[in-house]
Parts: sequence; structure tokens; C-alpha cells
Amino acid sequence: MTPEELSKIASAQQETLKKYTHRIHVCVAAGCQSSDADKVKDALSAEVKAQGKEKCCLVKGVGCMGLCSAGPLVSVETGNILYQEVKPEDAKDIISSLDGEPVQRLICPTDIPFFSKQKKIVLENFGKIDPETIADYIAVGGYQALFQALTEMDPPEVINEVLKSGLRGRGGAGYPTGLKWSTVAKADSTRKYVVCNADEGDPGAFMDRSVLESDPHRVIEGMAIAAYATGADQGYIYVRAEYPLAIKRLKNAIKQAERQGLLGHNICNTTFNFNIEIRLGAGAFVCGEETALLASIEGKRGAPRPRPPFPAQSGLWGYPTLINNVETFANIPPILRNGGDWLAAIGTEKSKGTKVFALAGQVKNTGLIEVPMGIPLRQIIFEIGGGVPEGRKFKAVQTGGPSGGCIPEQHLDISTDYESLATVGSIMGSGGMIVMDETSDMVDVAKYFMEFCMSESCGKCTPCRAGTAQMHGLLDRICSGQAETRDLALLEELCDMVRNTSLCGLGQTAPNPVLSTLRYFREEYTMKLTDASAKAAAK
Amino acid sequence: MPALLGKPTMPSDDKRWRIVDATMRRNGYRQSALIETLHTLQETFGFLEEQGLRFVAQSLRIPVSMVYGVATFYNYFTLKPQGEHTCIVCTGTACYIKGAAALLSSIEGRFGINPGETTADMKLSVLTARCFGCCGLAPAAVIDRETAGKLTPSDIMDRLDRRISA
Repeated sequence: MTPEELSKIASAQQETLKKYTHRIHVCVAAGCQSSDADKVKDALSAEVKAQGKEKCCLVKGVGCMGLCSAGPLVSVETGNILYQEVKPEDAKDIISSLDGEPVQRLICPTDIPFFSKQKKIVLENFGKIDPETIADYIAVGGYQALFQALTEMDPPEVINEVLKSGLRGRGGAGYPTGLKWSTVAKADSTRKYVVCNADEGDPGAFMDRSVLESDPHRVIEGMAIAAYATGADQGYIYVRAEYPLAIKRLKNAIKQAERQGLLGHNICNTTFNFNIEIRLGAGAFVCGEETALLASIEGKRGAPRPRPPFPAQSGLWGYPTLINNVETFANIPPILRNGGDWLAAIGTEKSKGTKVFALAGQVKNTGLIEVPMGIPLRQIIFEIGGGVPEGRKFKAVQTGGPSGGCIPEQHLDISTDYESLATVGSIMGSGGMIVMDETSDMVDVAKYFMEFCMSESCGKCTPCRAGTAQMHGLLDRICSGQAETRDLALLEELCDMVRNTSLCGLGQTAPNPVLSTLRYFREEYTMKLTDASAKAAAK
Repeated sequence: MPALLGKPTMPSDDKRWRIVDATMRRNGYRQSALIETLHTLQETFGFLEEQGLRFVAQSLRIPVSMVYGVATFYNYFTLKPQGEHTCIVCTGTACYIKGAAALLSSIEGRFGINPGETTADMKLSVLTARCFGCCGLAPAAVIDRETAGKLTPSDIMDRLDRRISA
């Protein structure tokens, strides 16, 4: 395909869409699908037919619109109307109202902070394009960045734009993406690989799932650009088997891209070749760790290995391998389209761009949000999230999953960036953000995460395998009121040991939930202790 | 040792073995195809049985011990037959905060089974998952591949009863 052919597809699709005076978008991402969005879509299509409006009215499935708690969501693009909690029975009213007043009882206000405080870069096409139609993605400028890279830039120029943008890895650790790319590019090897880490294992996080379900081509485009920049010709997407819809849409997207010559041989009539294969995970949290992920792609048990050598030097089957997270790749096309400086102008000094968060737990508006880096946590929870429901009191927000920590009320004014979150004992992580209210028992929360780490430990190194089990045992004793002060001291000692001596990130960060709850909610631990010793003294 | 030379014969003339073989063939019988093949094996047979593991091991020329190691390492694979219906309760953080434990204990109270177990009449298996990524609809469960969100114990009982009696 040539750039001219690409713009031809784009304008043809734009024309097709313009023919419809009414375009109705139904969210068909996993969240809304479990609230029967498919049935809503079918009912709307049937109603359009029944009223004879096929020529002027288009019903199409689109990606996640963000406010999952109000799903299924339906938007009438032409009138800028958003409907919430739509049922199949509402189809008749919605279609009948198209030329008149919108259906008041279903309206979801779009001027609320949940929508207005967001800044969408990664999620820009969400709710707008059909994730199963490549022409829809091309119509909004898709694959232009890839063509621009292939025809106008040499690989070092591409890497330079990514470096300039200041983009850091969105998987959690925040390593500068441009640096990683240039390490792989400099590695001297006959073969190189690009791997997309879509093994979103953090419980409470669904950003990557939404990106894959709502805009899969963006990830493919980002990977292809990365392959061109680093000199790779084969890519793998390692995705969780628990995300059947994301897998289906990815497979479909790869097939479409291949058919259009956007993947395969001589892409854009250049000498650049690139193919992508999907590899399914099988339910092991540790496989989100890059060396474990590589072992799993090779068909082995997902056990991590010591670094160095880093995958950028020796990865898949010993060849240099670039591993980036889904959201990182999704940031690449807009960086090339708008230039690195454009992204660098958003966010804070050290954390550039935006971050997608999965907001969930005890908060009014749960769903997917994208905010500029540096926004205060309080704004995310109380303005975008709408605060804690039913008049209960906010207690803590958990970020970073089992590797992260709980942040209490007094630190809610910190800015949301990699460094600030670390100073209060948590991490940015991949983007899970769980709000807890006064009903949550923080020791039980720590025990929940420790149980997670204990059963997800791969068992390769002793500190993690045995340490997490011992810590879980201690937390269990504290929770059931059988522990004494020295048990708490032992727990703290173990945290220190496991953190400093484990082989990989899973073990090194496993104590974080305990440490952060101890830091801010120590009295909840000691209350359970004094109770026990008081009982012992009374005997 | 004919097993080491050439292709092993299929364990029986059950057509499902061809589906498993097709996955391996598509991947050129490379050892890296092991996890993909186990996914197919589980999808077609419902669980990983010993005969299947041995067949895959021979076909990909991997020791059975390694195949067993991979099959037991990953939570997604099960070596036990599953019931006619499966109910997977999400135990991710959002679901934990919103009461996944109450869903599980109501199932235990009604059917007498814990996660990972199947009722004696092989009607229902209960499993837990780390996270479905439906956190916006917590607590969530997947009953026979259908996701349901914002569940209460009575909701999940209704749904299970309907499935089982259907």
C-alpha cells in the first residue's frame, strides 16, 4: 500500500460515514457487554430497520466510553448526546427521538468533571471508532504515523522523537522508552524482536484490556514503528487468556492489517517487513515480569531470571528484544504525528504525557479515565470519580496493585507522577486505582495482597517463595487476633528481607502493601495486637 | 523406541486429537508451541488429561515431566474434569472491596463447594480468577462464559439455579 492509497481509504470511509445524518454509537467493550450492550445494539439496529431509517441512520459498535458504572452507554454522535443504562426496550424511544428532543430519562450529562477533567491521547478514538473495522481507524488518521516513519524518517530520527517526548514505560516501572529503544537499536544482531506486554495481571486494572478491545490497531501501529526504529521484523503480543474479547479483536485487527499490507512484507513499498503473532498467557501474574514473560513465550514455565543481561541485549531465544507495555505502544503514533515536543509539553518535568487509570472500588464513577500527569490525586477521586458513595468516608486509595501501596487522605494533594507516588510509599504501577472507604480493614487489605503474592510467587527464589508465605501467616494471625507485638516486629523484619533479597520485581515489591498500610494505619495493626495481649493478661 | 522417531500416533480415533495436532502443526511442532497447544487441548477436551499431555510431549519432543511442569505452573490450566456448568468468581481488588467473598460463601452455603471444586453430580464447578478487568462492575463473575457484574449473593444464586435447572 502507498500513502496515497491510505488517504484514499481514509477519505472513502469519511464519506461513507458522512452519508448518515445520525450515527449511533453503542459501547461494545467488555464492561458494557456484560451489561447486555450487544442486545441493545441489536435492538437499535432492528428499530432503525422497523422505522425505515437505514439510509440516514447508522448503528455501530465502538470502544469503551469510560463510564463503565453507567453502562451500557450509547451516544448519538451527531447530536452530542450520551445515554446511560440503556436497555433493549429503550431502542424505540431513542430512534424515534432522533429528529426531535433527546430521551430525557436516559441522558447522561457530559459536562460533569468525569468527562471535562480528562485529557485523551491514548483513548482519543474510544467511543468513536469501530474496533473491528480497519477503515474506521484509517479514517481518523490511523497508520499515517507508520507511513511517515517509513517514508520520511530514518530509524534514529524515530528514536529521537520518542526520546524528545520524554515518554516513560506505562507498565509501571517508568523506564524511559526512548532509551530502551536505542539500546535495542544499537544491539548488533541478525534477529531482533518486539514484544508487547499485554499480560495485565494487576487485579483491579483494566486499561490495557480496554485499549486492545477499543483501539487494537493503535497498538499494532505502535509496535510496527518500534520494529522499524529498532530493526526488528517479528513481534509478539503476550495477552492474558482471561481477556477473550481483546484476543478476538486483536486477531481480527492483525488479519485486517495483513490484508491491507500494513503488516507483512515490504510495508508501504519499502524494504521493511514486520509480522505479529499473538501468544496467550495462562494465568500467571509473574509473567508480567519481562524475563518471565519471555520464558512463557518460549513455551516454558514463567520463571524470571536475573538481569543483566537485560532483554534489550539478550531476550527471546537470546536475541535482543524490545518489551513495552500496551499503553506505551499506544502513545507512539500520536508522538510521531505531532512530534516529541508536543507530548513533552504535557505533564510534569519528569513525567510526561498522560496516564490511563482504571478507577474502581468505593467511588461513584467507576471506569476508565485518562488524565494529564501531575493532576492531584484528590481531583481524580473526588471530582472525576465523584467521591465515595452513600455518604461514607474516604479512607485510602490503592495504586500499583500488589506491588503498590495505599495512600491516605492526608497525601491526596500530591501530584500524580512517578516520583511523587514513590515518596508516599506507593508506585504509579500500570494504572489500577482502587478507592477504599471506612468500611475497609487495612490489615485485611494487606493480607489480601499478600495472599495474592504468595500464590503467584513462581517459587524459584527462596525469599519470595517462603517469605511471602510467612508474611501471610503472620498477617493471618494478626487479623484473627492471635498475634503479639513481637509478631509485628517479625513481620517488619521479613518485609525488609524479602524486599532486598528477592530475584524479581514480584518479590521485591510484595511487602509494599504491608509497609504502606503499616506506615499510615499502624493503629489498626496494634489495635488487633493489644486486644490479644489484653486477653492474655486477663487470663 | 518408536515414539522418538517421527510423529507419534494419535491416542485414539477421537476427532478432537486432530484439532490438537493442527495447533502443533501450525506452529511447526516447535517446542515454543507448548502453551498454545495446552490451550487447545483444554479447549477441546475441557481439561488436561494424562493421555493428552503425553501425546503433546511426544509430538513436540519435550519430556513429559516438563509438560507436566508447565501444565501445573499456570493457573488457567486444570488437570481435573470440570462440571457441566462453571462459575468463575473474580477475586480482583475491586471485587474484593465490593464483596466477592460474600458471593463465594453463598455458593459454598448452597452447593457445598469451595473454589476449585466440583459438585458430586458434576453439575457445577466453582473457580476464582485473579481479575477479569470488569472492575467498573465489581463484584463480577463469569457463568458459562457469560460475564455478569454488580452481583449480590441472591443474584448469583438466581443465575446459577436458572442455569442448572435449564
